[in-house]
Amino acid sequence: MLISLFIACYNDTLFPETGKAVVSVLERLGHTVEFRAAQTCCGQMHYNTGYRPEAVSLMRHFLEVFQGAEVICIPSSSCVSMIRDHFPGMAAEAGLQNEVAELLPRVYEFTELLVDKLGVTDTGATYPHTVTLHTSCHSLRSLHIGDRPQRLLRSVRGITLVELPASDQCCGFGGTFAIKNAAVSTAMLSEKMQCILDTGADVCTAGDNSCLMHIGGGLAKQDAPVRCVHLAQILASGISDSKILAS
Amino acid sequence: MSVHVGNSETAATFPQAAKELLGNAQLRQNVRRATETIRNKRAKVVAEMPDWEDLRNSAQQIKRNVLRNLDTYLEQFEARCAEAGGQVHWARDADEANRSIIGIIEGHNEKEIIKVKTMTSDETRLNVALEAAGITPYETDLADLIIQLGDDKPSHIVVPALHKNKTEIRQLFLEKMGLTELGTQPEDLTAAARSYLRERFLRVKVGFSGANFAVAETGSVCVVESEGNGRMCVTLPDVLITMLGIEKIVPTFDDLEVFLQLLPRSATGERMNPYNSIWTGVTPNDGPREFHVVLLDNGRTKVLADPAARETLHCIRCAACLNACPVYRQTGGHAYGSIYSGPIGAILTPQLHSMEHSQSLPYASSLCGACYEVCPVKINIPEILIHLRQRLVESGDTTALETLEMKVAAFAMASAGRLGAAQKLMRIGQPFANMMVPAWTNSRDLPAAPKETFREWWAKRT
Amino acid sequence: MSSAKREILRRVREAVGGQLEPPAPPTRNYRQSGALDLENFIEKLHDYNAGVHRCAAADLQTTIEHAMDLRGKHRLLIPPGLPAGDRFIHDNGLTYEEIDRSEGALTACTVAISITGTIILSHSPTEGRRALTLIPDYHLCMVREDQVVETVPEGIRRLRDFRTRPITTISGPSATADIEMIRVKGVHGPRTLDVILVS
Repeated sequence: MLISLFIACYNDTLFPETGKAVVSVLERLGHTVEFRAAQTCCGQMHYNTGYRPEAVSLMRHFLEVFQGAEVICIPSSSCVSMIRDHFPGMAAEAGLQNEVAELLPRVYEFTELLVDKLGVTDTGATYPHTVTLHTSCHSLRSLHIGDRPQRLLRSVRGITLVELPASDQCCGFGGTFAIKNAAVSTAMLSEKMQCILDTGADVCTAGDNSCLMHIGGGLAKQDAPVRCVHLAQILASGISDSKILAS
Repeated sequence: MSVHVGNSETAATFPQAAKELLGNAQLRQNVRRATETIRNKRAKVVAEMPDWEDLRNSAQQIKRNVLRNLDTYLEQFEARCAEAGGQVHWARDADEANRSIIGIIEGHNEKEIIKVKTMTSDETRLNVALEAAGITPYETDLADLIIQLGDDKPSHIVVPALHKNKTEIRQLFLEKMGLTELGTQPEDLTAAARSYLRERFLRVKVGFSGANFAVAETGSVCVVESEGNGRMCVTLPDVLITMLGIEKIVPTFDDLEVFLQLLPRSATGERMNPYNSIWTGVTPNDGPREFHVVLLDNGRTKVLADPAARETLHCIRCAACLNACPVYRQTGGHAYGSIYSGPIGAILTPQLHSMEHSQSLPYASSLCGACYEVCPVKINIPEILIHLRQRLVESGDTTALETLEMKVAAFAMASAGRLGAAQKLMRIGQPFANMMVPAWTNSRDLPAAPKETFREWWAKRT
Repeated sequence: MSSAKREILRRVREAVGGQLEPPAPPTRNYRQSGALDLENFIEKLHDYNAGVHRCAAADLQTTIEHAMDLRGKHRLLIPPGLPAGDRFIHDNGLTYEEIDRSEGALTACTVAISITGTIILSHSPTEGRRALTLIPDYHLCMVREDQVVETVPEGIRRLRDFRTRPITTISGPSATADIEMIRVKGVHGPRTLDVILVS
């Protein structure tokens, strides 16, 4: 299958290893990955902060770039949520209702792609670490991701999975909220970090680098012995032609 | 027009207020414990209901229908209520409401009233107006009594004194009730409140209440409560004045079956709250011989006028959103500077003010969506928060710096070429970024800029 | 019409102007009836610490007196529509103070809801005015088995003919959780509720 990758602007800029991991997993499963270089951003930051016209432009660009792509893979729940939940509402004012309606069924978050479309729960990975999974708010409440991430992680050789308590509680990132309400964001982060530390895990993973950047940043500041690693990088690990990737 | 929403016009911004409150460990512990308790109770009783989603859907439809035909239902309610002996007054804003109420009380030459909790009276600052007119209002809800005795402010819609623990309350009662001794357990405190208030219930001639629902079909009014002070205030006095927001109308009596299932389970995690009182106009030899209803606008028609945010008015004041909110959990209600706090407060307060006040509230959210999940009337709070942010951007009520940053970012992301160039600039500017964003770096390290972006790596590969 | 009314209605019409959708009832896919589980009703009453007595109609009088004896009550107030008796005083316009000094009140009810353990009074002559079951500290309530329904919608529908009467729903004694979320019973209203379930 030809799979078109939407890397997400912040992954592209700050977490390229996540994108490389996605490519590695999909190619190992025998698929061809294309990266349409004209891609930029789904518009979430602008949309959420109230800059709707700018978000509409970015949506328009997204639709143009991905015209004709049969399967679009996105390693970011928040971007998928933006597309599914908010593109339809913006489509009317841009005269793009048909294009958006036609786009939505082609968009998959990375674990959705693996489990639902490709029927895969074992990517052949090895990752001998104790790992706890943080469920981002978008994956939980918008994508209803269910247990897809767990099913994929459970197949990883050598892994020890520990459940994260209070996993339905927001980590406090929230995009510009992390800056505008930094004090509260930090308070929410502290609780999340405590839950993570209480699990005794070496690694915290998630399908969203936005959360992981916030959580990982907090853990690093405290010199905590926990690393944050995107789910894709765990699922790509231990495969001979790719590196074990950690941030 | 003078819309008031408590004292929200002059409140500190959310970030300022939150920062201060975050330093109050006792408060935060009280808030955490309280919200977790109700949240868990709610989850348990909602799980018992296989038709919960059907109830939510019906409630949403009922409210949508009411708001679209509000004029019809308001007039119907007035007619039925008047036929049954009630007197209906209309109040465009807080001052008009307060004046009407004072007028009725003065007409009876009374100097005191007993009140049962209603947020509308906090909205209009009724107590301040009453006292200025030489009328003493006695709050009779335990929490409001605690707030009144302590010269404090409510911090939660359903459990207003949630920020106080029993030791603090005991101290307050000892001082203000003139008691020489008082036990330390909650039972002792409520027994003290019972005695203190009973004398007033049996004596005071004028009662004041709000209402949870007003039925257009019959002209009936419904008060949902736990303590029994509501029953006291709406039954025992000679004269009863009830104020309610115009959005509280429901079309038919049968519609109560939907809300009387959703509200108790959502608000206090009970299958049914202890007491509901429903009455229509005046009943000879049973209860007040004179009944007045004040229908309050006070900015609600402004909310109604924005189709994208209108469903804010579906709210039945259950406060499930407060209990679910991870932001509220950290700060409690005072941070919002409004009697309506938490997620619903963040959308309702600024809208009542036509977005002229409480402008920081729509940003007091990480958009996690927990509120929408628990809202019994399906208000899409995250969507409305974004919509309100958009309104603020459009009206120029954001900082010049932010607008600049957003426009620059949009410009950079308009094409891959520009994005690539911006990424290179960012790499160079990393150390400066570290310095410029202390809001981030005070508590979090910034990720190191990688030596190549994904697109650079991909380009080399092919 | 007052100018306030005119203005508010004008604002309302302007606010929703052009949204032509006539009043419409909602779809009601929620549960509107259920098989009656009387044992569950009794359990809910027990959860509230209400005393529950069961009897056949023929034994009602003795059961009432038995319930009263258990609580140490000599005489109770009754609404005008219940028959007189040695141990009962009719509420024919008693003052609040007189009601306050009484030992309690005995009444009938209109309907009860099993799933929530709720008893509903519509304050008919056999149920008495609202003050009668509000001021005293003890309420003894007679509920016929055929008055009990399973669900809240059934309970509300049973009130159809009495919709404009005063209505009080009682689900246990009053309570507050305002102090540290610890539920404390008995703030205002009767602190003790006993139910006689009559078959």
